[in-house]
Amino acid sequence: MKLLTYTKQDTFVHHLSGVTKLFFFLLWCVVSGLTYDTRVLAVMIAVSMWVIWDSRAKWEQFAGIAKLMAFFMIINVVCIFFFSPYIGCEIYNSRTDLLHLFGNYTITAEQLFYSLNVMMKYFTIVPSAFAFMVSTDPSEFAASMNGVGIKYTAAYSVSIALRYIPNVQSDYRRIKNAQEARGIEMSGKAKPIERLKRTSSIIFPMLFSSMDRIDVVSNAMQLRGFGKKKKRTWYAGVPLSRADKTVIVLCIAFSAAALWLTFYDGNRFYNPFQ
Amino acid sequence: MRKSDEPIIEFKNFTFQYKSQSEPSLFDINLRIYPGEKILIAGPSGSGKSTLSNCINALIPQAYEGTITGTLTVDGKNPAKEGIFGMSKSVGTVLQDTDGQFIGLTVGEDLAFALENDAVEQDEMKRRVAEVADVVDVQKLLDHAPNELSGGQKQRVSLGGVLVDNVRILLFDEPLANLDPATGKKTIALIDDIMKVKDVTVVIIEHRVEDVLYRDVDRIIVVNEGRIAADMKPDDLLAGNILNEQGIREPLYVTAVKYAGCTIDPKDKPQHIETMNIAPYREKLRAWFEKAPAPDRTNNNPPVLEIKDLKFSYTPDEPTLRGISLTLRKGEMVSLVGRNGAGKSTLAALICGFLKPDSGTILLDGEDISPLSIKERGEKIGFVMQSPNQMISKPMIIDEVGLGLSVRGFPAEEVRKRSEDVLRICGLYPMRNWPVSALSFGQKKRVTIASILVMNPELIILDEPTAGQDFRHYREIMEFLRDINRKTGVTILMITHDMHLMLEYTDRAIVITNGQLICDDTPARVLTNDAIVDEADLKRTSLHDLAVKCGIEEPSEFVDRFIEYERSKFAKEGRSSE
Repeated sequence: MKLLTYTKQDTFVHHLSGVTKLFFFLLWCVVSGLTYDTRVLAVMIAVSMWVIWDSRAKWEQFAGIAKLMAFFMIINVVCIFFFSPYIGCEIYNSRTDLLHLFGNYTITAEQLFYSLNVMMKYFTIVPSAFAFMVSTDPSEFAASMNGVGIKYTAAYSVSIALRYIPNVQSDYRRIKNAQEARGIEMSGKAKPIERLKRTSSIIFPMLFSSMDRIDVVSNAMQLRGFGKKKKRTWYAGVPLSRADKTVIVLCIAFSAAALWLTFYDGNRFYNPFQ
Repeated sequence: MRKSDEPIIEFKNFTFQYKSQSEPSLFDINLRIYPGEKILIAGPSGSGKSTLSNCINALIPQAYEGTITGTLTVDGKNPAKEGIFGMSKSVGTVLQDTDGQFIGLTVGEDLAFALENDAVEQDEMKRRVAEVADVVDVQKLLDHAPNELSGGQKQRVSLGGVLVDNVRILLFDEPLANLDPATGKKTIALIDDIMKVKDVTVVIIEHRVEDVLYRDVDRIIVVNEGRIAADMKPDDLLAGNILNEQGIREPLYVTAVKYAGCTIDPKDKPQHIETMNIAPYREKLRAWFEKAPAPDRTNNNPPVLEIKDLKFSYTPDEPTLRGISLTLRKGEMVSLVGRNGAGKSTLAALICGFLKPDSGTILLDGEDISPLSIKERGEKIGFVMQSPNQMISKPMIIDEVGLGLSVRGFPAEEVRKRSEDVLRICGLYPMRNWPVSALSFGQKKRVTIASILVMNPELIILDEPTAGQDFRHYREIMEFLRDINRKTGVTILMITHDMHLMLEYTDRAIVITNGQLICDDTPARVLTNDAIVDEADLKRTSLHDLAVKCGIEEPSEFVDRFIEYERSKFAKEGRSSE
C-alpha cells in the first residue's frame, strides 16, 4: 500500500510543477488562516475538493491520516465550546438560543456557525495537502525548489529521504517480525510500559542498520560528485509551463480578492446574523 | 590488455594507518597497474584490500582519516590532494551494496546523478544518459524505481552511473557479494564487454576468485595483513599454493586436482576449466575418484517440519508461492536456493508465521501450527536475520543471549544458567560479559545464533548466513553451525546464494523457481543438472566439468566424493587446531 507517496498519473494536477503546487498550497494556508469569511472558505473548499478529485488520490491512501485529522478537528470544536461557549455570540454580536444543556452551557446558532467556519478551515487545507503529496514527483519538486532559489543540498534532502522510505519501512517490518519471534511482543497483548521498554529492541537495530546505510549512501553520493559545485542541474527538472503560470496568476488574484472581501468592512467574519 | 608502459595507478613505498588504529593497515605497498589492464585484488577480510581501493578513490584520507607515507599516483594525480571530487573524474567506484548506491528515484535519474552534480545542461544530460543506458542495457527501464528492479539490474545501473562520467578506471568493491550466481556470472561478462567498447582499466576487489575468473584477468594481486603476498598471472598463481595459504578459496577444480596428488603446471592454463589442459592429470584424478569413499546422505529420522501444498500471494492473481510441499527431517542441514524473488524468503516468512498462507498446511512434529502466534512459533522455530545488526539490541552479550527467555518470564537464575550453557556451546563463554560492540562480525553472528538456540528450537532458519563473508569467516560460521547441528541435533534450513555453502555444508538442496519447488535432491546432483541450474539461475560447479573432462561417468558422484573428502579434511584440521 502506497501511503501518501507519489504515484505517476496523467492528470492536470500531476502535470503542474511542484513549485506551482507548493505556491498554491502556501497561499491556501495563509488565506485560510486569515479569513473567517464563509463564502471565501466555501470557494476554497470547492477548489480543494476538485484538486483531490483530479489527482485521483485513493481514499485508502490517506484514510488513516484523514481520520486522525477529523479526530483533532472534533476535539478542537468541542474544546472551543467548553472553554468559551458564547464566543460565537461575541463575534457575531447576536444570540439565538437553540438548546439549553446544563449550567451555563447553551447551544446557540452563532456558536454552531462559528464552529462550522472552524471546521471549514480544515477542509480547505487538508485535501489539498494530500493531493500535493500524491501528485508531486519528489525529484521534480527538488529541482523546482532549487529553481526558486533554495539551496540544492537542502532541496535534495527531501528527495533522498523519500527515496529511502521504502527501505526503512521494510527494515522495520523485518526487524519487528524477527524480534517478535524471539518473544518480544509488540502487539496489544503486552502492557503499555512493557511495550515502551520493548520498542528499544526494535529501535536499536533500526538505528544501527540505518547508520550503516547512511554511511554507504553518503560515500556513494560523494564518490559521484555530490556537493562538488555551487550549482547543479536536474535530470527531472521541468520549466514552468503556461498552465503553471496561469495557475499562479489565478491563485494570486483569488487570494487578493479573498483578503479584500474578508477585510473591507474591518472584520474578518462574515456575519449572516445582521 | 596492457597498452602502455606508463602505469595509470602506482603505489610507491605506500603505508597507511587509520587514525583510530595503532598499526598501519597497509605496509610499504609497491604496485603498478597499467592502462587497459584488468586486475583482481583478492584477500581475506581485514587484509587491507578494501583499504587499498579506498586509497585509489580518495575515500582515504577524506572520509576515513589517517596518515600516509610514500606516494600514490592515480591517472597522474595524487588522490590525497585531489580529494574525492577530484578523483571522481578519473575513478568510478561500484560499491558492494547496489541498493545503497542507487540514489536517484528512477533509473534515468540515477544514471544522470554524476552529470547533475557537474551541472551539465539537461539536453546534453539526457543524451549521455541514453548513451550509457545503451551500454549497460537498461534503455527500457529508465522510468523504473529501484524497488522494481532485480539485483542484476541494479548492478547494471550502478555501473552505468559511474560510466556516464567517462572515467578511466573502474573500481569494483566486491561486485558479487549480493548477487545470485547466475547474475554474478552476467556481471563479470558485462565488465568484460564494457572493456571492449570503453577504454578503461578495471580493478576488481573480490575474494570469490573462481567466479571472477569466469572471464580472463591479467593479474591477480593477493593482499594479506596489509602487504602484497603475490602479484602474478592467474595461471601461475593457481599452479602454486598461495591462495590456500592466504585463506582464499581456490577454484574447486584446482583444489580437486591437488587433492589427487598432482602438481599443476602453469603451461596447462588452469585459469579456466574449459580451456585447461587436463591430460597430464586425468589418470591420477580417476584413481583418486575410485579410491575416495562414497558418502551416504540418506536421513531416515522422523520428520520435523512438513509443508503441504502451501500457497501464498501478496497481490491477488499474482501467486508468489504456487503450492509448495516438502519435508524436513530431524537433524538435517538443508539449503533453500533459487534466484532473487523466487519465493525463498516468502516461504521462510510463512514458516515463521510472519505471513499467513492463502492455503495449505504446515505441520511441526505432526501438529498443525497455524493457530500459533509468531511468538509461540518462535519457541520452536528460530529465525536468524542476515545481518546481526538487525537483531542485536542489548549492550551486553549475556543479556542479548538471554533476552528470549527473560521476556518469556523465566526466572533470572534459569535464564542465566541456560544462557551460559549456550554460550559454552557457541564458544562465547569467555566473552559473556563483554559489550557486543567489541565483537567482530562473525562473533556477532554467533551471538545472534546463540540468542536463538537458547530457546531450544527444533528448527533454525538462517537467511544468507555467510553473505559478505570471506572464506575464513565463511568456514568459521559454517563449521560452527555444523558443530551445533551435531551437538544439539537441531534441524537447520539456510536460504543462500552460495553454491559452495550448499555443496559443502548441506545434505539436501531445495530449489525454488517462480514459487514452485522444482527440485529436492543432494546438492551434488542439483549442481550437476543443467536443466535445474539454468531454470533456477544457479551455477554449475566446475567439479562437474572436471569430472566430464576426465571421462568420469557419474559427475555428481565425483562431486559428492570431493565434498566428503573435504569435509573430513576440515573436520581433522578443526580438531587439531582446538
